[in-house]
Amino acid sequence: MQYVAIGKERFSQFIEILAHSKPVYAPVSKGFDNYVFERVSSADKIALQYIPTILPPKKYFLPPRETIINFDLKRNCYEGVLEFESMYLFGVHTCDLAGIQYLDIVLSDKPKDINYISRKGKIFIIGLECNQYCDEYASCALMNNHLPNGGYDLFFTDLGDAFIVHVHTERGESLVKKTGLFSEAGAAILKKLEALREQKKRIFSNEVNIRRDKLAGLFESGYNSPVWNDLDRRCVACGNCTNVCPTCYCFDILEDISFDGTEGSRIRMWDSCQNEGFAKIASGENFRKARGDRQRHRYRRKFLYSFQKYGRYSCTGCGRCTRSCMAKISLKETINALASEQEEKNEKSATG
Amino acid sequence: MKKVQLVESPYIIRKAQVVRVRQLTEMEKFFEITLKDGRPLDFEPGQFVVVTLPGIGEAPISICSSPTKRRSFDLVVRRVGSVTDALHKLEAGDKIGIRGPFGKGFPLLKLEGNDLLIIGGGLGLVPLRSMIHFVLDNRRNYGSVTILLGCKTPKDLLFADELQTWSKRVDVNLSCTVDRGDPEWKGHLGLITSLIPKISIDPERIYALVVGPPVMYKFVIIELKKKNIPEERIYLSLERQMRCGLGKCGHCQIGVLYCCQDGPVFSLAALKNNHEAL
Repeated sequence: MQYVAIGKERFSQFIEILAHSKPVYAPVSKGFDNYVFERVSSADKIALQYIPTILPPKKYFLPPRETIINFDLKRNCYEGVLEFESMYLFGVHTCDLAGIQYLDIVLSDKPKDINYISRKGKIFIIGLECNQYCDEYASCALMNNHLPNGGYDLFFTDLGDAFIVHVHTERGESLVKKTGLFSEAGAAILKKLEALREQKKRIFSNEVNIRRDKLAGLFESGYNSPVWNDLDRRCVACGNCTNVCPTCYCFDILEDISFDGTEGSRIRMWDSCQNEGFAKIASGENFRKARGDRQRHRYRRKFLYSFQKYGRYSCTGCGRCTRSCMAKISLKETINALASEQEEKNEKSATG
Repeated sequence: MKKVQLVESPYIIRKAQVVRVRQLTEMEKFFEITLKDGRPLDFEPGQFVVVTLPGIGEAPISICSSPTKRRSFDLVVRRVGSVTDALHKLEAGDKIGIRGPFGKGFPLLKLEGNDLLIIGGGLGLVPLRSMIHFVLDNRRNYGSVTILLGCKTPKDLLFADELQTWSKRVDVNLSCTVDRGDPEWKGHLGLITSLIPKISIDPERIYALVVGPPVMYKFVIIELKKKNIPEERIYLSLERQMRCGLGKCGHCQIGVLYCCQDGPVFSLAALKNNHEAL
């Protein structure tokens, strides 16, 4: 049972069945083309067509603030804590599926992040295909994330009257069976899916003037590029780009203690490499003092270090960093500027 | 949101106790620590632990005793922030928490049978003391041992009593220098780099172990290269902001490397082409 189908008229019943057993989280419109993942109780709240949400679904896998330790000094007691919620996560686009897949890889790298790993197992992931190109900020085709590459239990594609659903895991299959709302996908609907994918390949094109496989080399050789001086002048170090990034996972560890100082917890909170003190040491030395240094670090984390370490880019092409940047720093413009500069250099060395 | 106990949390501490405290300088205090479970801290020279004070916070601290000392281990803490401030107030008998040891220390198996050139600047002596004690406890296994130390003024000299002992040993060549002397100082004056040209070495037998403030490395490396020591035989310990110790939080990242897991000890060769290392 690879593909099944469900009529649109049954969709609200499907969400109801899900919501009956566990909380369902899905994209919801907040107006002005803003979307967020939040808890829904019925299908009519869900935005089936949406551009990337303000925060990616990483907020469920790696919460912005999470207790990791509880301590009670009176009893000299100190214990590890796991916070989790068993849930259905509906409507995850392919870019964000790629983001979750990347977090899975880095946080399973030894020593494993047990909090993350324990939590992700409790989340049932239902993907949703983008039929249309979302906006000019996206570069999902460049990153090869415009078509599904796994990372879900079920994957929905909207084909007008019905959804065709790819069943990717055993627990996906048992949910499909349990609801009794799905039928075997016939040849006609499969053909429609194939046609959609063909059409997508035409409308989702390479968005920058360089090929994907050249990106790591571009960021490797572009270390001293004037592009970083330009970003240095523009960046306001607000940290929006890293907060909204589906693959940024840096954090800080902080104390939260009761007024009498006898009990409390240790928490971890999202942190940003764009903050000035992020790489500062006790003696006062700051290893990425300039904003340009920190922007370069962010880009190299996405296109170089992840490639060297895990053989993949950690940019998903969702476009959130560009969409949320107050200084209008654009990922695609940065790549294009580096690429043009490199091309000029190559031409010069070829002629001279 | 449910909350449950997570027994295998990597943030769990090992309960420990301060057994001895000694003021070394105005800023630095020495602590001898034992683990409550009675087991030795299994570590190698060059590694660090995260010291945790519930409610105050955590700080990464180099271990400065040798793993050959099994019952306890030593730390030296410079008072520079809220956690280290609180640590300085501790007395013998006080409880603390330990996570780790973390990271990669000096390459002990490579070093055996070779000459050692140990170069420490300022607080750099702290992790090096672990290595020096380990070498002296296994002295037969090494060739010549040369130790070059430098600090700002004679007042900043750590472990002056031990330096005195080492300098008297026939199997150790020790030189100390200070940037600014005082009337009692009879040793060298000048930067640590000024001691390197004077020593004679065999570049094929030597390993150089260098620990000091970030600014020191560039100039020491220039001198070591003049002596034709290959990059594979120069080891450095780098300092970065280490929070989790697990290679995840991102603060200590040096290019593709995480200082807390891939280091803090690196060979100079491993840092080649890494723009952010030195």
